Amino acid sequence: MFVCMSKKRIKMGIEVKLINGRTVAQGSNLENKLSEEYFNAAAICELNGSDMEKLGVAVGEHVKVKTNAGEVVVKAKKADGNPEGVAFMPMGPWANAVVSGNTHGAGMPQFKGMDAKIEKTGEAVLPVKELLQGYMK
Amino acid sequence: MAIELLIKNGVVYDPINGVNGEKKDICIRDGKVVAEVKNPTVLDAKGRVVMPGGVDVHAHIAGGKVNSGRLFRPEDGRRGSEPKTTACRACSGYSVPNTFATGYRYAKMGYTFVMEPAMPPLAARHTHEELIDTPILDNATIPLIDNNWMTMDYVKSGDIDLLAAYIAWIIKATKGYGVKVVNPGGTEAWAWAKNCDLNDAVPHFDVTPAEIVKALAEANEKFEMPHSIHVHGNMLGHPGNYEMTLDTYDLVKGVKATKDRPVMHATHTQFFAYGGTTWGDFESKAKAIADYVNNNEHVSIDLGSVILGDTTTMTADGPMEYSLHQITGRKWTNHDVELETGSGITPFLYSGKVSVHTLQWAIGMELALLIKDPWKVALTTDHPNAGPFVGYPILISMLMSKKRRDESAADMHSAIYKKAELPSIDRELDLYEIAIITRAGTAKILGLDAHGKGHLGLGADADVAIYDITPEERDAGKIQKAFLNTKYTIKGGQVVVMDGEVVAAPAGRTFFVTPECDPKLTEEMMPNLKDKFEHYYSVTFANYPVQDAYVPNPYEIKAPMRG
Amino acid sequence: MEVTDVVCPLCGCVCDDVVVEVEDNKVTKVKGACAVGKSKLMGHGRITSPAIRENGILKDCSYDAAIKRTAEILAAARRPLMYGWSSTVCEASKVGIELAEEIGAVIDNTASVCHGPSVLAIQDVGLPSCTLGEVKNRADLVIYWGANPAAAHGNHMKRYSYISKGYFLPEGKKEKKLAVVDVRETKSAKLADVFIRIEPGKDYLVLSALRALLLGYEDVVPEEVGGVPKKDLLELVKMMEETKFGIIFFGMGVTHSRGRHNNIVNAIQVTRAAHKHTKFNIMPMRGHYNVNGFNQVCTWETGFPYSVDLSEGYAWYNPGETSSTDLLMRGECDAALFIATDPGAHFPGESIRHLSKIPVIQIDPYANPTTEFADVVIPAAISGIEAEGTVYRMDNIPLRLRKIVDTEYMTDEAIMKGILKETRLLTLSRRL
Repeated sequence: MFVCMSKKRIKMGIEVKLINGRTVAQGSNLENKLSEEYFNAAAICELNGSDMEKLGVAVGEHVKVKTNAGEVVVKAKKADGNPEGVAFMPMGPWANAVVSGNTHGAGMPQFKGMDAKIEKTGEAVLPVKELLQGYMK
Repeated sequence: MAIELLIKNGVVYDPINGVNGEKKDICIRDGKVVAEVKNPTVLDAKGRVVMPGGVDVHAHIAGGKVNSGRLFRPEDGRRGSEPKTTACRACSGYSVPNTFATGYRYAKMGYTFVMEPAMPPLAARHTHEELIDTPILDNATIPLIDNNWMTMDYVKSGDIDLLAAYIAWIIKATKGYGVKVVNPGGTEAWAWAKNCDLNDAVPHFDVTPAEIVKALAEANEKFEMPHSIHVHGNMLGHPGNYEMTLDTYDLVKGVKATKDRPVMHATHTQFFAYGGTTWGDFESKAKAIADYVNNNEHVSIDLGSVILGDTTTMTADGPMEYSLHQITGRKWTNHDVELETGSGITPFLYSGKVSVHTLQWAIGMELALLIKDPWKVALTTDHPNAGPFVGYPILISMLMSKKRRDESAADMHSAIYKKAELPSIDRELDLYEIAIITRAGTAKILGLDAHGKGHLGLGADADVAIYDITPEERDAGKIQKAFLNTKYTIKGGQVVVMDGEVVAAPAGRTFFVTPECDPKLTEEMMPNLKDKFEHYYSVTFANYPVQDAYVPNPYEIKAPMRG
Repeated sequence: MEVTDVVCPLCGCVCDDVVVEVEDNKVTKVKGACAVGKSKLMGHGRITSPAIRENGILKDCSYDAAIKRTAEILAAARRPLMYGWSSTVCEASKVGIELAEEIGAVIDNTASVCHGPSVLAIQDVGLPSCTLGEVKNRADLVIYWGANPAAAHGNHMKRYSYISKGYFLPEGKKEKKLAVVDVRETKSAKLADVFIRIEPGKDYLVLSALRALLLGYEDVVPEEVGGVPKKDLLELVKMMEETKFGIIFFGMGVTHSRGRHNNIVNAIQVTRAAHKHTKFNIMPMRGHYNVNGFNQVCTWETGFPYSVDLSEGYAWYNPGETSSTDLLMRGECDAALFIATDPGAHFPGESIRHLSKIPVIQIDPYANPTTEFADVVIPAAISGIEAEGTVYRMDNIPLRLRKIVDTEYMTDEAIMKGILKETRLLTLSRRL
């Protein structure tokens, strides 16, 4: 299966600083999180064009985002407002799948500036319900 | 069935009714003082001191800046932690107690009414929300109306009738009690990081603070307001400010009161009674202030007396708080409010080992002792600015005991013997005078005596404090202890404190004034007001006034317009 | 029917000049709100009935049954967490705090994962600030730092800051300057006169450099700081010194990054340094419409703004110890009540694992990821559309939300009162 990644594919990954924050589309569906609109608005990762080229992903293809806290599969989106090496995910359950709960004594998780690895993947993006099911095992 | 209470065998101090330490029973039915009762619950006061419930004329207990003070001082919050009880919610704080602690601690001192004296009109709902959550105490709050652009418009045009229409509108819109003045013009100037002297022009508005004060006093007296304008003048806390203070008093000397009361209440006067030119040659000018008050009838004052220790200073006088922060380097919060006012907050510690603080400590008490007529003076600490209200019993014991003052002075900075009058003053206040400066006089200054406060005559609110001392007590320590925790406090006929513990915490009422302006004047004023909302305010005209929901226990005082 | 002066229940801007059309008890048209606010006012799918989870499946029940079940869970809990409160009115929060006292809970709001660090910073150094109308009337320099109002606070620039007209700035943005500091070129950055792009996690360094420059220590600032050339910093400092009235609005770009509260302390110190030259202010861009309101109520009622532990009967406040994320990561709480919030979407994934092991109560108008693991679900009226009440704008101005349509849903306040009453009955009978 495609998900059994070759060593070569892992090498294709890039290292980024990952931040998450609000977008209009995500905010407009805050009360509508079980909808397709929200899925489309939040299960994404925005990357600079040259980072996408490095990864060999096109808009809408899937990437796997990994940090020390976990990993998640989302769709790639192009955003040239991001500098190279900075990836952005709208706040929501997909972004939080890779956020560490360690607050370093401040009460606040570090939602922004996380060290993350991104790679191209053929795995599916989990719908919100399945994503949540993952925490209940 | 009527709820009746009989307080027997107390020694009553009820100055409004001329009762000076008489052994007298007090009958209570359905929350009021009555002539006789049939089947009462009896409280035996056993020769203890009985007074009407305390009335505080000026304490910052509720609203935006008080809460910002709490929020940015968790260290103060932790200082007053008390767990919940069956009657009480959890408490916190010392100089900035939570609302519950505020109600309970005042009640324990025998106080049943407190005036929150500085409500930013735009944030009025906040003040009222906190007053709702302040148990036991009846209350009122005065909106800040002196740096308002509307006010300055009419001061500039000289149209006192339209100014009266505006103050009537804003007092009603905020469910307020009167007219508060805080650093007139200076707080508007502070929006540009500047300040104003009494006779400086306010930047961009072409009026002076002096003109603002005089015009507001005149506009206030267009109505039968229970209270005069309530004034925190210019240059609070600056060495040498006493002359400007006296000039401020003089501004309103010719203004005629609509009621039997002064036309200006000058608040926390300790901070305005300074001589010298710098902190180096700083000295007490309490005597000059006292002389003026002794020779004039148009001004009442409250003390703003210092309680030594750490506290949280807060005022709508933004530039003053910035100066203080520059002196101490401690944390500083500021919050300017569009078209209306501002505020600043910074912690401060009064030390008896520092000359300036020692003199400030002396000045507050000098004012109380040098002003001959106690009806002109109210006991305050400008809570929490010169110290928290829980320090009142310390002050009372000091004012009643020359010995205690001397002992304290001996332990303080020696400047007190060179630059203050206090060590040379022998006067000791008696319980009758204490009752005047803590309830009877304050109720009169606020015009509340006509509404059942500050006395125990027939029909008065059954708000009573029974202190666990006899009239003969001379031990200052015992006096202090008694005034901190009553034997009983009765609020509206209900025992709320027993043996120094809160046993019941009913909701208080909010007193507000409705100035009844000629509708023609209101109509004439309205286009200017609406223009301010349309172009400059960040909220709409319709969403500005405080809704009835924020005054769930209202007491309305109507103030007819003078013909 | 047209309803004017509607107060928008979405973000910390709390725009109060929205106009809506109501037909047949439904909002049909919204004027004056931003896209995000409009979306909320127009409405989304709702939770249809209270429900209790049985054998893994949510089964519809009555309000009474859901409230009773909630009370049983809370009365039995030894370390309950009560979290949320930012998208509801203060009246509901007050009942919540009373309940938290009653059961010895930890009560916390979403500041815990948004501007909590700002609160910690304010507790260190204070906050020189003002109301939004001050900004509108006076500010000729507006700086957004780690904030993207174009996405998160749609009307902020138009109503209050860069694009608005005010008394001293009748020409609006022609007379103003806009600077944006961010790690990426956001929509807001595209509007700016000056955009300063910093490297992620370097806010503290850049703020330190600005502070040094404002205080006259140019010599200690290297040629590049946090990815920003010194000349750009000097340009920004010049703008700050020359303004008559400047303001920094900061967002979660600063609070969520490495350094957290230390970044905000530094930003406030920059403001104070600028204040030595001119009038300067700083304000957090609060997210939810009433996140500030909970902090206000919690402060006047308990003495502390969020993350308040009432297990000992008095209020104990220590974020890092008593904050929700930490409690969950330690696996410490044994029941959780979530109201007007969605930790399922907004908490770090690994902290959610614990929630699947304990009873969870959700009070919310809408189904969301939290519903997936909630054991009791109680639908609520939407504050600001179906219920009125008090909220505090990001600049501490209290406004009253309006009720514009009728509903059969219970309000948050009524639900909380019901839970308080039932819980008291249980704790009382236990004492007897």
